Amino acid sequence: MASDNVLLEVKNLKKYFPVRKGILRRVVAHVKAVDDVDLYIKEGETFGLVGESGCGKTTIGRTILRLIEPTAGGVIFRSKRLANSSEQYREVDVTAASPKVMKALRRDMQIIFQDPYSSLNPRMTVGAIVGEPLLVHGVARGSEREDRVRHLLGAVGLKPDHMKRYPHEFSGGQRQRIGIARALALEPQLIVADEPISALDVSIQAQVLNLLEDLQDEFGLTYLFIAHNLSVVKHISDRVAVMYLGRIVELARTEELFDNPKHPYTEALMSAVPVPDPDYSAERIILKGDVPSPVNPPSGCYFHPRCRYAREVCKTETPVYRHLGGEHFVTCHLADSLNLRPVRKG
Amino acid sequence: MAPLIEVRGLKTYFYTDDGVVRAVDGVDFTIEQEKTLGVVGESGCGKSVTALSIMGLIQTPPGKIEAGEILYHRNGNVTELTNLDPKGKEYRSIRGNEIAMIFQEPMTSLNPVYTIGNQIMEAIILHQKVGKKEARKRAVAMLEAVGIPLPRQRIDEYPHQLSGGMRQRAMIAMALSCNPSLLIADEPTTALDVTIEAQVLTLMHDLRKEFKTAMMLITHDLGVIASMADDVVVMYLGKIVEGSTVRNVFHHTKHPYTQGLMSSIPSLATKRHRLVPIEGVVPDPFEVPAGCGFEPRCPQSMGICKRETPPLKEVVPGHRAACWLYE
Ligand SMILES: Nc1ncnc2c1ncn2[C@@H]1O[C@H](COP(=O)(O)OP(=O)(O)OP(=O)(O)O)[C@@H](O)[C@H]1O
Ligand SMILES: Nc1ncnc2c1ncn2[C@@H]1O[C@H](COP(=O)(O)OP(=O)(O)OP(=O)(O)O)[C@@H](O)[C@H]1O
Ligand code: SF4
Ligand SMILES: [Mg+2]
Ligand SMILES: [Mg+2]
Repeated sequence: MASDNVLLEVKNLKKYFPVRKGILRRVVAHVKAVDDVDLYIKEGETFGLVGESGCGKTTIGRTILRLIEPTAGGVIFRSKRLANSSEQYREVDVTAASPKVMKALRRDMQIIFQDPYSSLNPRMTVGAIVGEPLLVHGVARGSEREDRVRHLLGAVGLKPDHMKRYPHEFSGGQRQRIGIARALALEPQLIVADEPISALDVSIQAQVLNLLEDLQDEFGLTYLFIAHNLSVVKHISDRVAVMYLGRIVELARTEELFDNPKHPYTEALMSAVPVPDPDYSAERIILKGDVPSPVNPPSGCYFHPRCRYAREVCKTETPVYRHLGGEHFVTCHLADSLNLRPVRKG
Repeated sequence: MAPLIEVRGLKTYFYTDDGVVRAVDGVDFTIEQEKTLGVVGESGCGKSVTALSIMGLIQTPPGKIEAGEILYHRNGNVTELTNLDPKGKEYRSIRGNEIAMIFQEPMTSLNPVYTIGNQIMEAIILHQKVGKKEARKRAVAMLEAVGIPLPRQRIDEYPHQLSGGMRQRAMIAMALSCNPSLLIADEPTTALDVTIEAQVLTLMHDLRKEFKTAMMLITHDLGVIASMADDVVVMYLGKIVEGSTVRNVFHHTKHPYTQGLMSSIPSLATKRHRLVPIEGVVPDPFEVPAGCGFEPRCPQSMGICKRETPPLKEVVPGHRAACWLYE
């Protein structure tokens, strides 16, 4: 493993979805949703995954939780729960785990969804929703379960008497809190938060971000934080991976990424974000064209048709994902020679 | 600069089974010619209803413009839009010819069964009174102007064949093809990815200058407002709580709600710090608080705030706020 306090490692992960056509539903092509991704997440950190719609963020998150099966590659998780008395943790490949091991892993890894409206069962009370994992995993029942639920609701800033109410009686932000309480019920080590604040009103987003930060301190949680909003990812993450068309194009510690970007896509993405300051006048780098289809990605570097630095080699050869030193990784032929623009401080 | 649209005391209510929604509840603002007015606020605060009121597109029933006037200045004359029949000839000609609107989801305003070329040409033929051949030429030029690649080919494609960003460009092309004096853009980039958003915003910025079009830009994204607007109004629960130039609103923020919004969003350009959220939630439209609508969430609330609604008034020259702190 990459270093001592690594909790999760994703190795050469690939997920190709078949594209079917015609009455025979023949497979005519594949969507390379995740195309050879390597990353590790350290215990107690927030790892941000950012990129534009369809670049494969959700697919990575769901493959890690084995909600979908990968096409190739591995997901190594260090479980404390599965460790025997002589070891600190047990290393398991999630993608090859037996159903029994998988059931234990489900307690270690939880997910918070983007849409607080559709992710909660409308016919269950909040108490039942939050307490359900405790029941399913046989962790607590009866009045003990009720106590746990009450405690969880308190931890996410809801009231005990909310237990008897139904999801539709709550606002978006409150529903997201319910989802978070449910994810916390089994005392997981890792939480995959897939766009957890995108559906919320601006004034509510900060409440949920602060809550996630507080819970991390309190319970020693590790987050995989998936979002398309670069400002939010920068705010919450210790390290950030930038994705483009199923690949990680750059990964670094947050300050390093924003102060010293090495990939032209990262540079363009950062410059495109509208900054809430009318005096902020950094020239925007406007990328040409649209994001290409992952069914039929461009030759060479996937980014080359939109890249203002592209040279001949970029059209013909696929750059490898490589280590630049420290914790900085990049997928670009020219990373060593380019002098890219960092985020200008306001 | 001269005013183009003056909205005075506008109230637009909806009469629903659950009660009356005061969607727009006494709103005053001016859109100057050739300027961009940014309208910002959270979901449900009345941004779209304000825009639809100007367009004469409030569905009646359940909606009704209960009070106020919308003064439209053109060629030295003033037309009071709320006096016109929304379905009548004059309003129809204003809508589309002089005031155009683009929506968040372009699929709702592009017709899926016609090519984008047909739809743009239809607008041009209707508003510019030219023949089919000339209209097609102008439509191609318009598509080119909004940066759609291979416009001669794309003009014969259907909306679903275009990507989200291209559809939004096609919408802009359609809206601008009648050379309106006001373009109302309701969350025009919210559904787009950030690199595509940057393309579309830059395009709107440039075209607005070129066509000398005024714009009412509706968004909940303070970043978009800061980079696009000349003037800003902040809405909360159907009312304007603050309004001034973009620099005043961002750098000399007056209203506690606006201050709350600013401190609750992370920015790429500032150092990491703990966010200060606004406590609580936007109240249900049927349970609007007495007094100041923001009072239950306001960190600076005082006795009077619970009892009396603060009027929107100038607190320093050119800067309006509705808050008892500035009495
Ligand atoms: N079940 C599926 N079958 C076929 N294609 C899929 C499936 N799920 C995802 N894809 C495709 O895989 C690619 C990656 O999708 P994914 O949902 O991971 O993107 P994302 O980065 O999460 O995007 P967003 O920001 O829009 O949520 C997309 O092209 C998507 O259309
Ligand atoms: N046709 C309608 N019938 C009943 N209520 C309506 C109708 N249209 C709007 N409203 C109500 O009017 C209020 C203002 O709505 P509006 O669409 O203007 O909000 P908005 O500021 O545009 O919000 P968003 O950011 O979500 O688009 C809301 O409470 C909304 O529910
Ligand atoms: S009027 Fe009172 S409650 Fe309302 S914003 Fe001002 S200080 Fe806060
Ligand atoms: Mg996703
Ligand atoms: Mg709206």
